[in-house]
Amino acid sequence: MKNIKVTIDKKEVEVKQGTTILDAAKSVGITIPTLCYLHLKDFNITNRPAGCRICVVEVEGRRNLAPACATECTEGMVINTHNIRVLNARKTVLELILSDHPTDCLICAKSGNCELQTLAHEFGIREIEYQGEQSTYKKDMSPSIIRDVDKCIMCRRCEMMCNEIQTVGALSAVNRGFTSVVAPAFEQDLSCSPCTYCGQCVAVCPTGALTEVDHTNQIIRLLADPTKTVVVQTAPAVRAALGEEFGLKPGTSVTGKMVSALRELGFDYVFDTDFAADLTIMEEGSELLDRIARYLKGDTTVKLPILTSCCPGWVNFFEHQFPDMLDVPSTARSPQQMFGSIAKTYFADKLKIKRQDMVVVSIMPCLAKKFERSREEFSTDGNPDVDFSLSTRELAQLIKQANINFNALPESDYDAPLGESTGAAVIFGASGGVIEAATRTAYEIFTGKTLEKVDFTELRGLESIREATVDFNGTPIKIGIAHGLGNARKLLERVRAGNSGFHAIEIMACPGGCIGGGGQPLHHGDSSILFARQKAIYDEDKSKAIRKSHENPYIQKLYKEFLGAPLSEKSHHLLHTHYFDKKKVIEIDE
Amino acid sequence: MAKIKLSNTKVEQIKAICKEFNNNKGELINVLHKTQGVFGYLPAEVQEVIAEELGVSVAQVYGVVSFYSFFTMVPKGEHPISICMGTACYVRGAEKVLDEFKRILNIQVGQTTPDGKFSLSCLRCVGACGLAPVVMVGEKVYGRVSTDSVKAIIQEYQKEKCS
Ligand code: SF4
Ligand code: SF4
Ligand code: SF4
Ligand code: FES
Ligand code: FES
Repeated sequence: MKNIKVTIDKKEVEVKQGTTILDAAKSVGITIPTLCYLHLKDFNITNRPAGCRICVVEVEGRRNLAPACATECTEGMVINTHNIRVLNARKTVLELILSDHPTDCLICAKSGNCELQTLAHEFGIREIEYQGEQSTYKKDMSPSIIRDVDKCIMCRRCEMMCNEIQTVGALSAVNRGFTSVVAPAFEQDLSCSPCTYCGQCVAVCPTGALTEVDHTNQIIRLLADPTKTVVVQTAPAVRAALGEEFGLKPGTSVTGKMVSALRELGFDYVFDTDFAADLTIMEEGSELLDRIARYLKGDTTVKLPILTSCCPGWVNFFEHQFPDMLDVPSTARSPQQMFGSIAKTYFADKLKIKRQDMVVVSIMPCLAKKFERSREEFSTDGNPDVDFSLSTRELAQLIKQANINFNALPESDYDAPLGESTGAAVIFGASGGVIEAATRTAYEIFTGKTLEKVDFTELRGLESIREATVDFNGTPIKIGIAHGLGNARKLLERVRAGNSGFHAIEIMACPGGCIGGGGQPLHHGDSSILFARQKAIYDEDKSKAIRKSHENPYIQKLYKEFLGAPLSEKSHHLLHTHYFDKKKVIEIDE
Repeated sequence: MAKIKLSNTKVEQIKAICKEFNNNKGELINVLHKTQGVFGYLPAEVQEVIAEELGVSVAQVYGVVSFYSFFTMVPKGEHPISICMGTACYVRGAEKVLDEFKRILNIQVGQTTPDGKFSLSCLRCVGACGLAPVVMVGEKVYGRVSTDSVKAIIQEYQKEKCS
């Protein structure tokens, strides 16, 4: 492709044809403010409604200012990105946006992280000249996500995530003019829509219009209550990202510091969801082997491939979108729920306390877990297995509120017995990790041989859909991996067509897997952060003494003392679940 | 939002309309237009069938329905009242006339009275600017409407009921 020359702020720049002014400026270190524009390079998607006009620049010879995010450079263009005309125009744009925006920044959940607030700060806005009517909507509270539509600036980033990346279609721009917002169909609540609570819309919303349900205050109260035993579990992906909230470089693994922080916060037992991830592998892996064994024996009723079921965003997705395939995914609960179930039975028994006196808190990279924990099937006599699920961001908030100097904390170890885990469990946090962990265990059980090389690098990576065949001592096992629900849909459609040839498929709702979860520190579309988190996860796996789930001594003990064997009746009761058809059917009046 | 049940024949009718347009998402507006022509309005359930048939999300269908004021989700009243909001009518007080209709009927634009008799909508210039402000009830045109004459117009149609 041809290169062209343009001049930006008196600097000569050479760029490829088709480059936008925004990108050309960036290539020489000139930043132009943006708001609606969002570019996710590694997911190959750009949100460019060119609606907000905060990015305008002056192109000499043109009458109107041009939006830099949506204007391509042409040969010889002379561009000014910050003369007085441009600065005034941007300020007007911003003031107009602010004239229909609440000014309760002090108490807004996004404060400090809000792109609109940052702009107002950078532009030195001290008063809002345009006093117009303010639109008001009621807050929509779902189990995971709060929609405060008054704060919506119509950038439509959420819509892009939900419709193009996730293909869920829960959100759309509705109405027009002054009353236009992004909302579910018929402006109903999110809980009436096919929303999966993956939280990817929350992760990209520049303002406080979309935030997670915040439970930090309840936790502070419970930690102060001497009658409660408060147990915490931390998901694999949290340790690879939490440090970012304290200024550490992306990819800094903070497992030991996180454990110390949780202890300082006053949790009675600091455990690891990784323990339950090992347990998941025992159950899911056994289910896979069971299906394969039956299939090899000629049983035609057996469902292959088996689909992983540890991601609740994904579970919500197939319950809504593929209700004809509810018998295909594994019945194994997610590690969060397995943990809660074991904590409130096995561990509560050990402590000789009633389940009502135990509070199980989970720290998750995920917003779908908040919904999952509220599912009725995961509670006994109205007492949920997991009482609260906090996001990585909420945990950082708790630590800051408690004035804990995170970076100065010593490293410490998880408590026993539910804190012990293997390398196989850690990699649950990255796309491809669950199936790699399952492969390590399934291989040994299936072949009866020791697996020498535990790294299945062919299953790793960030490509959207990956396929690999693993040799189980003569039996080829075909594995598929998808992350992001749009990719999952593609794979699912192949499975539905019946000729995919896969034996096992891993699906994670969030792009990148849980490291890119909707509850993680915001990465603002910078995928180098995802790569760094992924590396941290695989490094941690490598550093573990035990790297196969079935070799975890505490897992072995749990089966011996309590569960019996994988897929036993007790395991089924405590560790497995069933799915519901949530597709909206139109009532037909005969 | 009122939930209605769709009869099987209605579902078939909608499916047929979608098929006419080859179940093509790009034809969503035309499908909605035609469907509203048949049913008179586009309740949520109808939009759900259309979404399913065209392979788009219900949210997107609703996005389009809510964008164009032409589309309506409530059945029109027996006597649909339209107030012209074109420039000529507007400068001659159409808004005040509209407010009077709203006040007397106790409904907003786009709504229908609970008894199903009247519905209220706004129009762009109907081409009778000489008579501004203009109000239409069904096909009948009323010119030079003032706030004082609103009551009489409504009563004309209420009387009809008693006879
Ligand atoms: S949480 Fe996920 S599914 Fe729900 S609206 Fe947001 S992006 Fe869509
Ligand atoms: S909810 Fe947030 S992401 Fe969605 S359009 Fe509004 S401001 Fe943008
Ligand atoms: S990929 Fe991970 S973070 Fe995302 S919804 Fe699934 S479990 Fe949650
Ligand atoms: S960022 Fe360019 S128009 Fe919004
Ligand atoms: S403006 Fe009302 S008829 Fe022309």
